[in-house]
Amino acid sequence: MDKGLNESRKDFPILDQQVNGEPLVYLDNAATTQKPNQVLTAILNYYQADNANVHRGVHTLAERATDRYEAARDKVAAFINAASRKSIVYTRSTTEALNWVAASFGNLVVNEGDEIVISQLEHHSNIVPWQQVAQKRHATLKYIDLTKDGELDMASAKRQITDKTKIVSIAHAANVMGVVNPIKELAAIAHQHGAYMIADGAQAVPHMKVDVQDLDVDFYAFSGHKMLAPTGIGVLYGKQDLLEMMPPAQFGGEMIDFVHHQDASWTQLPWKFEAGTPNISGAIGLASAIDYLNQLGMANVQAYEREIVAYTLPKLLSIDGLTLYGPSDPNKHTGVMAFNLAGLHPHDVATGLDMEGVAVRAGHHCAQPLMDYLNVTATARASFYFYNTFAEADKLVEAITAVKEFFADGIS
Amino acid sequence: MGLAKLNQLYREVILDHAQHPRNRGELTNASGVVELRNPTCGDVINVAAQLKDGKIAALKFTGSGCTISQASASLMTTVLVNQPVQRARELIMAFSHLISGETISDQDDDDLGDAALVGSVAEFPARIKCAALAWHALDELLDQKGDDHHD
Repeated sequence: MDKGLNESRKDFPILDQQVNGEPLVYLDNAATTQKPNQVLTAILNYYQADNANVHRGVHTLAERATDRYEAARDKVAAFINAASRKSIVYTRSTTEALNWVAASFGNLVVNEGDEIVISQLEHHSNIVPWQQVAQKRHATLKYIDLTKDGELDMASAKRQITDKTKIVSIAHAANVMGVVNPIKELAAIAHQHGAYMIADGAQAVPHMKVDVQDLDVDFYAFSGHKMLAPTGIGVLYGKQDLLEMMPPAQFGGEMIDFVHHQDASWTQLPWKFEAGTPNISGAIGLASAIDYLNQLGMANVQAYEREIVAYTLPKLLSIDGLTLYGPSDPNKHTGVMAFNLAGLHPHDVATGLDMEGVAVRAGHHCAQPLMDYLNVTATARASFYFYNTFAEADKLVEAITAVKEFFADGIS
Repeated sequence: MGLAKLNQLYREVILDHAQHPRNRGELTNASGVVELRNPTCGDVINVAAQLKDGKIAALKFTGSGCTISQASASLMTTVLVNQPVQRARELIMAFSHLISGETISDQDDDDLGDAALVGSVAEFPARIKCAALAWHALDELLDQKGDDHHD
């Protein structure tokens, strides 16, 4: 019996349970991952031993809490190879990070007649904030098309990104199509045209080694909860000079230098963005998650997921009536596999799979423009992580086949 | 357990209505049309009713969605047509209670007819919204238009 990469399943007690009388097969990792004991213990230890507010007190616990919170920032900076800890701003989520960049930086640099370029495969969180900027600044929002295989069409990218483009914002890894986009190449094109490059790393950072300096992105956003950490902690990376010129999105305690009766000045990076009491335990949980991933090795995580995709994808494709979205070449596909069964609504499929203990997502995956582009209303989506096993991949395929037969019998 | 439990939800009547929806299509001379969406899945239901003499004289729906939302819409059109507006709203309320797992009166259960079979969706909480969509749309329509057509 396989036990995930490095026998990691033992660290995730939640996976060891029955759902609807069947062993749980958790394949909704693109929505959120499970949390290992190590992360849960780190959070518990913090609350049992060190809990205090940060950056405020002179007492010992406040000192310890601040040290741990800031040590987590160093860890995040190292994990994505940021040049400086000042480039790491804690947020609530990827969504909040992208909203801040759009509202604070976007509104600063985008002017009437300018262009913002995104793509057809984006998550709503990388669409709607840019729609708002485009409307407010009277700019044009443009979409890079996809190839037949569901990959970003780089010829289209080169056409859409022009000298009028101020912002290019693209998912690093796609949450439906299961592709990894060439962010480095896109950043080079964006920069040639004097535009800023932003990447949504929510589906990338948990699954591969990300080096923000190598990618040469101007901003990069990701979430803790999709990489073993708790919900409510996210990260906005920004190049230091850009974060300097970007105004804060929120105001209050912690982020000020001096407050007078009529105005105030901001403290230095990164704290100027962190108004109010932050998610301290979340940051500590994120640091523990990074430790866990580093111990596994991101190269090993990626290699393991590739193996499980290479194993699963052909089996899915061999199911009669199954349409897979994104590339059918397993070498080009991440562990995010969106599919539909002919004649069946994905909600019915997901309910059927749930009865077999298999947890998948069904719906539009917060990507309605993509659903329109694909001409579907919704899809089912199975998404793997390093703790999933090959036996679970088999179970997914068996359960899909059983659901298909159930409805074939029920309908005929 | 596995798929056996699915039989509770996907009964023959429900599958039949999903496969062969009744009263699906546009309604000419509609007194009102209401479109509702399920934002979590993108399903859309369009309900159109013709109201006459305080009654639902005709009821049709269009849209796309899962087996449950389509069957539920189809069943709704078969049981609520010809009902007085007031009674239809009571039955919508009863249906809403039923799919939330609450008990309803025998009279309501009788009047809901085959639509009462959708009540088993209460065992599948994630799907209650699918079952409710068309009924909520009609309720909204009757709320807007129900008083205008007593002549």
